[in-house]
Amino acid sequence: MNSKAPGRIAGSKDLWSGLIFIAFGLLAMALARGYAMGHAGRMGPGYFPTALGGVLACIGLVLIVQAVLSSGEVITGFAWRKAALVLVASGLFGVTVEGLGLAPSTALLVMISGLASEQFRLWRFLALAVGLSAFSVLTFITLLSLPIPAFGPWLGF
Amino acid sequence: MELFDNLALGFSTAFTLTNLFYCLIGTILGTAVGVLPGLGPLATIAMLLPATFALPPVTALIMLSGIYYGAQYGGSTTAILVNLPGESSSIVTALDGYAMARNGEAGKALATAALGSFFAGCAATLLLALFAPPLAVVALTFGPAEYFSLMVLGLVASVVLANGSVLKAVGMIVLGLLLGLIGLDVNSGIPRFTFGMPQLYDGVNFVVVAMGVFGLGEIIHNLEQGAARSIISRKIGELMPTRADLKRIVAPVLRGTFLGSALGILPGGGAMLASFAAYALEKKVSPNRAQFGKGAIEGVAAPEAANNAGAQTSFVPMLTLGIPSNPVMALMVGAMVIQGIQPGPAVLTEQPTLFWGIVASMWIGNVFLVLLNLPLIGLWARMIMVPYHYLFPTILVFCAIGVFSLSNSTFDIVLMVGFGFFGYLCAKLGMEPAPMLLGFIIGPMMEEYLRRALLLSRSDPMVFLQRPISAAMLAIAALLLVLVLLPSLQKKRAEAFQE
Repeated sequence: MNSKAPGRIAGSKDLWSGLIFIAFGLLAMALARGYAMGHAGRMGPGYFPTALGGVLACIGLVLIVQAVLSSGEVITGFAWRKAALVLVASGLFGVTVEGLGLAPSTALLVMISGLASEQFRLWRFLALAVGLSAFSVLTFITLLSLPIPAFGPWLGF
Repeated sequence: MELFDNLALGFSTAFTLTNLFYCLIGTILGTAVGVLPGLGPLATIAMLLPATFALPPVTALIMLSGIYYGAQYGGSTTAILVNLPGESSSIVTALDGYAMARNGEAGKALATAALGSFFAGCAATLLLALFAPPLAVVALTFGPAEYFSLMVLGLVASVVLANGSVLKAVGMIVLGLLLGLIGLDVNSGIPRFTFGMPQLYDGVNFVVVAMGVFGLGEIIHNLEQGAARSIISRKIGELMPTRADLKRIVAPVLRGTFLGSALGILPGGGAMLASFAAYALEKKVSPNRAQFGKGAIEGVAAPEAANNAGAQTSFVPMLTLGIPSNPVMALMVGAMVIQGIQPGPAVLTEQPTLFWGIVASMWIGNVFLVLLNLPLIGLWARMIMVPYHYLFPTILVFCAIGVFSLSNSTFDIVLMVGFGFFGYLCAKLGMEPAPMLLGFIIGPMMEEYLRRALLLSRSDPMVFLQRPISAAMLAIAALLLVLVLLPSLQKKRAEAFQE
């Protein structure tokens, strides 16, 4: 298992986890510089975040050393298309729900995220979209009376 | 006896029509999400939290707890019928449960799981009623130093008992602690890590984090795996175990209940660990150990009893100390805080109806679950066949509406999408997101107790070691960390999780 191939290190899970931890740790410490530190007996708002950021960066460093010393697991390919569809569909819901209204936004969410599945069939998913829209309008607007319109101002309501 | 007075109070609270109704809803939902692979109690509770804001605190918590222990029942159904654990705590049940189903004993396996869970649930409820009050009395003597050390111990223990890399889990906890600090600092009023965005002044809502990481992140991960499901329809067969079967499962159920209850109370424990440990123990001590893996009824009875017992006793540290021992309990703490209740030892004395109402509802919920699970088993079995490609858009709709309704803000949804992406990244890099959520909930409390402890001691850090309870807890935490980082034990731990 002792492979020194460059691709192995570059794709190492430990390496990238370490880098992420270091990035967040340093970011926290940098931002915390703007807050008063105080001292242990009277901690300012910067004390605890600075300490945590330092610990996080150190953990990241150890992970990187581990990744360089021993070959660990390698990252497998990302499913970028599926990830993008699910994330964009959810984000779009947030952007459109007040303008388009709950029913069309729900339908959009179902249709766009549905494309992420290999089993996507247009008519079946349209049926699911209509069903879920009706259900969410009934549950969230009629029953729980959320202050969202079923059909919004963008559609002329 | 005080215990009976308390239980009577609890039952009178739980036996109102509203509370019975929501208890039933919770257990039905719990069974459903337990049956459905790819949807767990954590995501479900997170999704339903916004809907519970309007309910009274007791009712809300009764329903949410029902989802958690209900999922332990439902998870076994999927494990036994299609060899796919519906819940992580049912992984070991699949080993012998599915083997029994292949031998045409599916009904017997399901009944064993339900009866074992029922017994364990009743016993654990009683244990909770017995042990929580004295623990709360001890907790009332705790100062800030003890609380800080207890939180350190809880976080360390959750890492040690979790699956996967210890170092990464510690990193995720620290990251979670940092995320928890986002927002206005209570002491100075200075906004921290808000990047000038007023939407972040109140901090990130933990529902947003949980839905992003466990809702969206998990969905992407599941889609990537291309959840191919082999559905083998098979007759369920005779439901009731014979007298001889019952005799065989008495001891395993008792052992499972005992072990599960003990492991549930531990910080970091809970249903999954309990089921693994119970199966491992049974495999060592059972007179029928040769049959394990080939359809031994003991191999279903013990872990199912244990996971239900563990699910219920994990409420003990949450209700008495206010410290969540696993992510589901972290959500419960969040639910209580939203309802205006600060979880901790004071809950027991100041809100006795809340505490005893929840305890009593667990017993009632267990009765519901047996009634729901045995006669209606055919219905649940049919639910397993709901294909994931129809399930995931439905989950997304609930996540999106749930998060949006928190404060009618698009910002929260965008934040959820961000956490969803991060959750997927974590899954790809082998970083467990659960410890992050634990850290996220504990972060602000931990800073507050650290500040107070050092203020009282005039910045002398020795205060954590001079107070005996605090010192003991830190010593245990350090010991656990050293043990788990030792290479020889690391191997053993990996083997234990392999089993």
